[in-house]
Amino acid sequence: MVQALKYLSETASQTAGPYVHIGLSPGAAGFDIYRQELGHDICGPNAKGERIRVTGVIIDGTGAAIKDAMLEVWQANADGVYAHPGGGGPVEDGFRGWGRVITDFETGEWTFETVKPGKTAGSAGAPQAPHLNLWIVARGINVGLNTRMYFADEAEANTIDPVLNLIEWESRRATLIADRDVLGDLPTYRFDIRLQGGIETVFFDV
Amino acid sequence: MTKPGEFYPRNRDIHPVSLSPGYKSSVTRSPRLALVSLQSTISEQTGPVFGADDIDAGDNDLLTNYAAPGQSPIGERIILHGHVLDENARPVPNTLVEIWQANAGGRYRHKKDTYLAPIDPNFGGCGRTLTDENGYFFFRTVKPGAYPWRNHANNWRPAHIHVSIFGSGFAQRLITQCYFEGDPLIPLCPIVQTIPDQNAIEQLVARLDLNATIPLDSVAYKFDIILRGRRSTLFENRPEGN
Repeated sequence: MVQALKYLSETASQTAGPYVHIGLSPGAAGFDIYRQELGHDICGPNAKGERIRVTGVIIDGTGAAIKDAMLEVWQANADGVYAHPGGGGPVEDGFRGWGRVITDFETGEWTFETVKPGKTAGSAGAPQAPHLNLWIVARGINVGLNTRMYFADEAEANTIDPVLNLIEWESRRATLIADRDVLGDLPTYRFDIRLQGGIETVFFDV
Repeated sequence: MTKPGEFYPRNRDIHPVSLSPGYKSSVTRSPRLALVSLQSTISEQTGPVFGADDIDAGDNDLLTNYAAPGQSPIGERIILHGHVLDENARPVPNTLVEIWQANAGGRYRHKKDTYLAPIDPNFGGCGRTLTDENGYFFFRTVKPGAYPWRNHANNWRPAHIHVSIFGSGFAQRLITQCYFEGDPLIPLCPIVQTIPDQNAIEQLVARLDLNATIPLDSVAYKFDIILRGRRSTLFENRPEGN
């Protein structure tokens, strides 16, 4: 007799649908219901490091910006530590490292402000270049899409980043690297995400 | 603090395929190239931590969290409850569960929903809670109605509640939909049918739970949520393995 493997099966994903804002960003849907909506403050006032802005659009297979998506970010602090019991150490008071933004209903633009993360530990010793972990849901997306944003001004660290180097097509690595714009009140990284097409953004099975 | 363990690989066979032409929106919103598989790092094995300060005690009661004082939404009063477990059947404690839904007539309180069924002035349609130390959660709400949507000319969504769960690592992040036992629209729905595995569909159907009903008050449905399991970190740092 063969022993049964008693594992449960993960609950299947379903699309977040067109009205994801009701549950996860109700203020944007047009009504205030909670004392505080979560995800607006990624790093808090005490975080060390360089304050930055990140902005972009999510583009569908026709070239149009999608206007009903939600994007979440998960990042380390400037020391490369995640705000989690296994995150590598203490973080600044008020630093959560997680944020949630929606795309503008008219333009499709999304934007958030945070601090630039530091290098984080890699699985097999080599450090990971500074990066933001992003998760995208929307109508038409059946399973949330995981991707990463790296920083163009971290070229040296990017070159040896173990995850970027997993991508065998070198030309595709560039889809994960955001250019820095020195104009404006904050250093701004532009990160456009292309769901489909010739220069499609790399998405990960994490 | 010890390093958190890696998650079991996600079994993509039980998840929807990304390009599912029966669900038309997926056609232009699904990647054409394969996902790049990633041996998870600390970036995926950790995730945000939420606490009681983040939410209010009444946030899980949709019967009262948007109703005027003394008022109540119209509809079938239900309790939706269950456990969040991982694939090892271990409870996932203190994790954030968020839900959103239409009202009893199938209308969302969203400025982009133009369905002719009316808004309920006493119903917002969103709630959130943290699981307890046993992974248990519950909500009070009204059972949502089915509603039409522009896909094929006569598509109706089954009654459903959208559910968002975090778990303890960002790789567990999940959004799904909870359906209700016996709903004849379930097998007809192109969004449900994006899932190729019938057992996986069954797992999204909340069961009538008479034991949890409140007599003369609310009927109950049980909906357990399973997140990816973590493996123990066996051997991986031994020098001969690297």
